[in-house]
Amino acid sequence: MATSGLIFNIQKYCSHDGPGIRTTVFCKGCPLACNWCHNLEGRSNAPEPLLSPALCTGCGACLTTCPTGAASLQNGRPVIDLSRCNLCGKCVAACPQDGRQICGQEVTVDQLMTELLKDQVFYDQSGGGITFSGGEAMAQLSFLSEALTACKQASLHTAVDTCGHVPWTSFTEILPWTDLFLYDLKLMDPLRHQEATGVSNELILDNLRLLADHTDRITIRIPIIPTVNDDLDNVRQLISYLKGIRFGDVHLLPYHPLGRGKAARLGRPNGIETFPSPAAADMQRLAELFTGEGIPALVGGVA
Amino acid sequence: MNERVQRLREESLAAVPHITLERALLVDATYKQHQGTVAVPILRALVFQSLMENKRLWIGPHELIVGERGERPAATSTYPELCCHTLADFEIMDAREKIPFKVDGDVRRLQQERIIPYWSERSMRERILREMTPDWQDCYTAGIFTEFMEQRGPGHTVGDGKIYQKGFAGFKADILARLEALDLQNDPEALERQAQLEAMAICCDAIMTLGRRYARLATEMADDTDDPRRKTELLAIARTCRQVPENAPRTFAEALQMYWFVHVGVISEMNNWDSFSPGRLDQHLLPFYERDVAEGALTREQAREWLQCLWIKFNNQPAPPKVGVTLKESSTYTDFAIINSGGLTSAGLDGVNDVTWLVLEVVDEMRLLQPSANVQISRKNPQAFVRRACEIARKGWGQPSFFNADGVVEQLLRMGKSLEDARCGGTSGCVETGAFGKEAYILTGYFNLPKILEITLHDGRDPSTDKQLGPRTGRADSFGAFDEFFAAFVSQLEHFAEIKIQGNNVIEDLYARRMPVPFLSIVIDDCIERGTDYNAGGARYNTSYVQGVGIASLADSLAVIKKHIYEEENFSMGELLTALAEDFQGHDALTNLIANHTPKYGNDDDYADDLMQQAFNAYHRTIDGRPNSKGGCYRINMLPTTCHVYFGSVIGALPDGRRAGQPLPEGISPNKGADRFGPTAVLKSAAKMDHLKTGGTLLNQKFTPTALAGDKALDNLAHLVRGYFQLGGHHIQFNVVDGQTLRKAQNHPEQHRDLIVRVAGYSDHFNNLDRVLQDEIIARTEQGLD
Repeated sequence: MATSGLIFNIQKYCSHDGPGIRTTVFCKGCPLACNWCHNLEGRSNAPEPLLSPALCTGCGACLTTCPTGAASLQNGRPVIDLSRCNLCGKCVAACPQDGRQICGQEVTVDQLMTELLKDQVFYDQSGGGITFSGGEAMAQLSFLSEALTACKQASLHTAVDTCGHVPWTSFTEILPWTDLFLYDLKLMDPLRHQEATGVSNELILDNLRLLADHTDRITIRIPIIPTVNDDLDNVRQLISYLKGIRFGDVHLLPYHPLGRGKAARLGRPNGIETFPSPAAADMQRLAELFTGEGIPALVGGVA
Repeated sequence: MNERVQRLREESLAAVPHITLERALLVDATYKQHQGTVAVPILRALVFQSLMENKRLWIGPHELIVGERGERPAATSTYPELCCHTLADFEIMDAREKIPFKVDGDVRRLQQERIIPYWSERSMRERILREMTPDWQDCYTAGIFTEFMEQRGPGHTVGDGKIYQKGFAGFKADILARLEALDLQNDPEALERQAQLEAMAICCDAIMTLGRRYARLATEMADDTDDPRRKTELLAIARTCRQVPENAPRTFAEALQMYWFVHVGVISEMNNWDSFSPGRLDQHLLPFYERDVAEGALTREQAREWLQCLWIKFNNQPAPPKVGVTLKESSTYTDFAIINSGGLTSAGLDGVNDVTWLVLEVVDEMRLLQPSANVQISRKNPQAFVRRACEIARKGWGQPSFFNADGVVEQLLRMGKSLEDARCGGTSGCVETGAFGKEAYILTGYFNLPKILEITLHDGRDPSTDKQLGPRTGRADSFGAFDEFFAAFVSQLEHFAEIKIQGNNVIEDLYARRMPVPFLSIVIDDCIERGTDYNAGGARYNTSYVQGVGIASLADSLAVIKKHIYEEENFSMGELLTALAEDFQGHDALTNLIANHTPKYGNDDDYADDLMQQAFNAYHRTIDGRPNSKGGCYRINMLPTTCHVYFGSVIGALPDGRRAGQPLPEGISPNKGADRFGPTAVLKSAAKMDHLKTGGTLLNQKFTPTALAGDKALDNLAHLVRGYFQLGGHHIQFNVVDGQTLRKAQNHPEQHRDLIVRVAGYSDHFNNLDRVLQDEIIARTEQGLD
């Protein structure tokens, strides 16, 4: 299959995106712009440079090879001027520390499957399979749909992690090939949602309701971002919404500041905001609010 | 663990390893009295008899199982007939920071007055080193290979079930019957057999004497104690020691004591490599356990206490001190005794039983350096067994290690064992495959594969000494194609293998003629039947292993040469040689190509993995199937103990980017930092090696504790192990990385690219986390899992 998609990572031996040993495919491009995003390199739907300043020795090889003058060192740290970078990749080859990469690689479904099937013995042994995440995997629908079909033909378990902000018809297209949906919810108030993610939540909530009419193999994932969505008001609204639909269970994912480092590595240090990490006890208390209402919920999403 | 076990454990841990000359003096006196007047096997039997009759006995205050090699825990015997320590050796081992042995003034004096004058010229070590050819000496000095037998005896064997069915009175009866049946008229070897069998009979009497001496001592101590509880225990010890080792054990407790007497016998007779091990202890003990429990004579708790007491006995016996190169290749107190659990029964059924679960509990609780523990995992074993073993392994102190029981059976069948003998076999030492109770599977020495590559690059010359060690296979820059270069490497490999094996043949012959082990021979089939010593080919199967070290470094180096010199012509052989000679200093572009733009073994990338296979197959073809001097064959395995450090120290910079003197990668593990796609990719790469052609391979896999936290991670770890074994992998062990390593990774990120850590519900490369988050993970890691 020659249909291709833009991905930014293939992570093997994942154990938290569905059953068994899994490989997670991170697809590039997301319709949301959450201000806590932990996978900021998945947001843009175009390739972009990604630096690893931790590896940088300040040798300057990138400066001398860069044909557009986009690469520079400031106070000994590598910096990239995104307006000048033409993604030629010369600095990637030149960096002796392997500290630069082009994030976002175009792959065909066939190429992807070759890589994914390398771990078949481990999927078979563990009842695991493939999870498509992102970014938003469903934003590249024909690529996703063909990849899911190929996975099912290889008898692999499939999961799709989605923010839900896609046309309903996208769901109907992949439904037959998807064994599990990991469906992300953040905020119930449309205005607050708009403010925090850049879009309203109406489509997301409608899609989930519709999806739940077709399958109950849905895990609800709620990132808990202190000061953004950990207030009782939001949690109560989430609970009352979820009571009306059929799904598996709720995973509450504590915010972590991983995205902050990535923002700097992408040359967008102000791309996201930083929040405090929630305390374990607070996470537990939130989970109990759900379980108290008869909704199975756990912290961290690892059953 | 109960109070008794706690105390014994504390005493064992607190015991200071020290040198005792008791054994050396008894050996010395026996040799001086009898050498030259009796046949060699008889002389060795008289030595054993003298040890069993005269060694000081030890029954510690809380002990249930009795018998020590020295006169108390951690008293470590010397074996002057193998290796006669100089006073300088004693000073070093007394003063060194790592693995010290205390040596008091009396010991030094006696060593000087009694031992050194007689043994310094007569030890096996001296004889062996004297008899080796100049070629062998040069290679040994250059670090191309090591030699296992220059100061420890060939052992590498494990017990089977026979000692639980027969006592030494019974073995002696078998020996006498065999003596009776000798055909002195028509069998030209009958006289040799006669001496050997008579020697074995003497050893049977001697071990029975040791049992009776312990019975007497326990009775005396019972008389002397006012503590009624201890009196009962001592009388029970006395009863047990009257039953075993003379007769077959009847109870769980007697079975354990039986094993321990045999163990003490084996390690007193000779300083064998890898000590001695009980093999399939869970299966051997099961009938006793079931019977005792059914009769109400034993509870599960008591059985656990007995097993724990056995564990402590192992821990009380540090490996006798090594010197020179042998210390470098094996720098540890561990004597490599190991307990196997699980696997298959002789009938090919699931071997996991009630005692298996008990053994795992004991392993989990005792956390001792010795004995080591492994699990033999067959596809027939329940998943719960694998999971339980993973649960213990993820606690991060290295036990148990995991073995592919079905793969081990296939390896043994390939090497000519019967199906039943194969199923009753397993692994011992580090990862070595053997038919328990029926095979002498001798490790003969480590083989430095990357050093041979270095020599190939220099036309047979060792660049560190400028000595011509190998044949002139051509200047490296004269090869027009990769295949020509590889052919030169194979020629060098064959040259050095032949030197090694020629030396081995001399050494094996010296042991066969001068250093028989009549006691060990009693418990290994078919030494009695053949009237032949274990060291002379008496065992049913006789295998000599040569252990390849540094395969990942070799594979990655070959990938660099093939891709950059011959395929893409990114640099020339001359440029590479210059960079190697200058330890890569100032060769940044070339270093970058090597480090970041070359396929590397450990990433499930066929380019590098194919070269690994090519190198492995060349090594296999060079060694496998050559006859040894005992009617068996040479085979290979792939393990390093600590030799990868020593071997690395004798090699300059290598094409894989490794700097001069740095350690080699251990076992079949990828080069440090080369694997960037996580554990499944490492396992896939490693499984492309044909493990069934080996007698064992060693793979370490690193994890952080948080990556293994939780039930799901535990399940997946178990699946990971099963998956590797489905692909034919032999062994895997888990190294759970601690906070200290993470700190190092923080300061030297380039050396820890492969380190993946778990962050909340996500994983990432440690390198990619910012400092604050790294600190957070370090703090969390150091809390551990318990």
